[in-house]
Parts: sequence; C-alpha cells; structure tokens
Amino acid sequence: MAGAREIVSKIRSVKNTKKVTKALEMVSASKIRKSQDLMSSSRPYARMIRQVVGHLSAANPEYRHPFMVEREAINSVGYIVISTDRGLCGGLNSNQNRLLVKHMQEQRNIGAAISMVTVGRKANQYFRNISGIEVVAHAAGLGEQPRLEDLIGVIKIILDSYRDGKVDRLFLCYTDFINTMTQQPVIAPLLPLPEAKDEEQLLKTWDYLYEPEPRELLDYVLTRYIESLVYQAVLENLASEHAARMVAMKSASDNATDLIDELNLVYNKARQAAITQEISEIVGGAAAV
Amino acid sequence: MSTIKCDIVSAEKSIFSGEVVRVYATGQMGELGIAPRHAPLLTRLAPGQVRVQTEDGEEQYYYISGGLLEVQPHLVTVLADTAERAEDLDEAAALRAKEDAERKLADKAGERDLAEVQLELAMAQAQLHALARLKKNIKR
Repeated sequence: MAGAREIVSKIRSVKNTKKVTKALEMVSASKIRKSQDLMSSSRPYARMIRQVVGHLSAANPEYRHPFMVEREAINSVGYIVISTDRGLCGGLNSNQNRLLVKHMQEQRNIGAAISMVTVGRKANQYFRNISGIEVVAHAAGLGEQPRLEDLIGVIKIILDSYRDGKVDRLFLCYTDFINTMTQQPVIAPLLPLPEAKDEEQLLKTWDYLYEPEPRELLDYVLTRYIESLVYQAVLENLASEHAARMVAMKSASDNATDLIDELNLVYNKARQAAITQEISEIVGGAAAV
Repeated sequence: MSTIKCDIVSAEKSIFSGEVVRVYATGQMGELGIAPRHAPLLTRLAPGQVRVQTEDGEEQYYYISGGLLEVQPHLVTVLADTAERAEDLDEAAALRAKEDAERKLADKAGERDLAEVQLELAMAQAQLHALARLKKNIKR
C-alpha cells in the first residue's frame, strides 16, 4: 500500500480546489444578475441624452462641434480600453487584446500614432510594455458597482487630447455581453460622433427654448453623452467578466470531478493490488510450512 | 388637475418617475417652475434641489449636483449628474488617472501587484499538477 497514502492526499487537494472553483462559479452566477440590473438602470439616461444630442445638432445645423467633424488627416488614434481587474475569467481579456492589436496594426499601417487610456488592471498590464503605445491614463479598482465618478478623469484626458488635436480619432474597446455563454469583444468608434440618423427627430416641427445658448449646451451634452457611453461599456464589460468567469470556473469544477474519479480508480486498484499481494503471501507462507 | 410625467435619471440609476403637478428646479439662469403644457425647454441645472409636487399635494425633494433639464409638453426629464462637477474637480480626477498610469509604468521591473503574482503562482501550480499527472500515466 505504498502509493495509497499519496493518492488519498492528492484526492483531498483536488477536492479542495474543486470547492474553491465551485464557490467562484456560484458567486459569479449571482453577480451576473446584479450587473445586468445595473445595465438596465443606466439605460434611460443614455437614451434620453442621445435624444437631446439629436435635437441639439438638428437645432443648429450650421454649427459643427469639433466632436462631430471628421478630420482629413489621421495622425494619431486614441483608444479607451476597458478590461477586468482580475483574472480567472477564461479568454475574455486575451480575446479582446488580440482584436485590439490587430486593429492597431491597421491604424499603424496608415501611419497613425497610438495613445490609450486603460480602465481595469489587465489592459494596463498588457499594453504598458508594448512599444509604440502610449498609455496616457489609467483607472482601476472600480469594483462591483462602478461609479461614473471614477471614470471622469480618464475620459477627460482623452477628450482633451482630442480637442487639442493630439488624437484625431477615438475608439472604445470593451467586451459586449450577449448572453451568459457568449461575450463578444468590440471596438466601437466614439469620436467623431456619427451623424444623427434619426430622421423622425429632425422632422419635428417644434424646437426647444435653450438656456443658455445651444452651442454652450452642446459641448456639455456631448461630454455627458460620451461619458454615459463609456460608463455603459464598463457595465457591459463587468457583466461579461462575471459570465466568462462563471463558465471558466464551471469547466474547472467539471475537470476536478473527472480528476477525482480517475484518482479514486487508481486508489482502488492500488488497494486491490495490496490485498491480493497480502493474500498470496499468506497462502505462499502456509504452503511453505 | 392636469399632470405632467416627470423622470429624474442619472447615468447610474433612475431616481424618480411618476405623474406630477409641478416641478421646481434651479436652472443656471434662475429658479424654474414647470407646470403641465410648458413650452419645450432645454437648460442646464445648477447644483441644488429638485422639488416635485405630486397630485395629492405631497412634495418630494431630491438633491442633484447639476445636470440638464428637458421639458416637452407632457414630459419633464431631469438628467442629473452623478457627482459634483466643477472644472477644477475634473482636472484633479484627470491628474489622478494620469499619475496612475505613470506609476504603473514605473513599476515595470520593481514591485508587482499581488493579484498578478498570485495568478502566476496559480498557473505554475496547475502546470505542476498536470506534469505530475502525466508522469503517473506514463508509469502505469
């Protein structure tokens, strides 16, 4: 029975690991719900502010805010990259990074420099060491209930670079939550803002009274609009993180179960062999007497 | 009495929603009282109180730290900011984010954060486990 003790301790350690992965799985499962609630509660604001942006741009068609003007020369491209703080969530971040690196390569090929702000530790860890990418700002530790406040800083930095002409195009990169089994990394253009396509909005016969002037309002509203887009992306990413972690931990638990079964088999065989050997020794001994 | 629908929302959550008789808010240009069938209006709000009066005469108060007020004939929407937003406060937040990035950059070789190290440890452990298993299988 030499190997039996080792096998037993091995089984015990795998069982402990399984307990941990199982717990993580269940924690993530409950957090998915919470982050989905957050997502739905942030939607009304985004919808309304989008309407207001539509109204404002329709109200003074002759005025073009810098955020709406397509620049002719693209010398520099900016990214807002949203990632998770923690690992153990399957291929979530690496899928996103792969997509992003490809996208950046295309931008480099047309001669654009790249600057970036990162939200979440993982993106920062990955991109800060890559040459040719300037990480200008970073935010992390948003927790389970991200607050817009924590994002204001990074958004302001990249928007200011856009205003100053240091960035000519801005993309938002995050992982879209489709359902628990599917999460899709996306790179969405953020600036310049796409033209308002809402024909219905433009055809309305009435317009607002504005206080103060529409132009002053527009800058304020556009900034809030972008902030709400980024905030929603953060929530999407959070839901994706929990979903991906749940799936990863579920497969880890399944693997642990398989491993335990296998080890049990090995243990039983070893035990059987030991017993058989003992019996034959006794029989052999009796015959010799 | 005629009523008007009122929504108070912030980027993070919906704060109030319901039929009201009057909405009072502090606009950037002064106090505002919105009654049903008010002309369409769009204005910025100063930090302060938003007061809504419901049909049964009850009044509810909400403090908002600035935002936007949108009025349509049968709908009032308050888009509230989630936090006090002044230019210098924004500036401070921006500075913090920048410093964060720079610190991370400087950390490259030096101390690494705990989570990173823990993850590497877990990965190494998993590899060892796999190796041990492989060895056992070959022996058998």
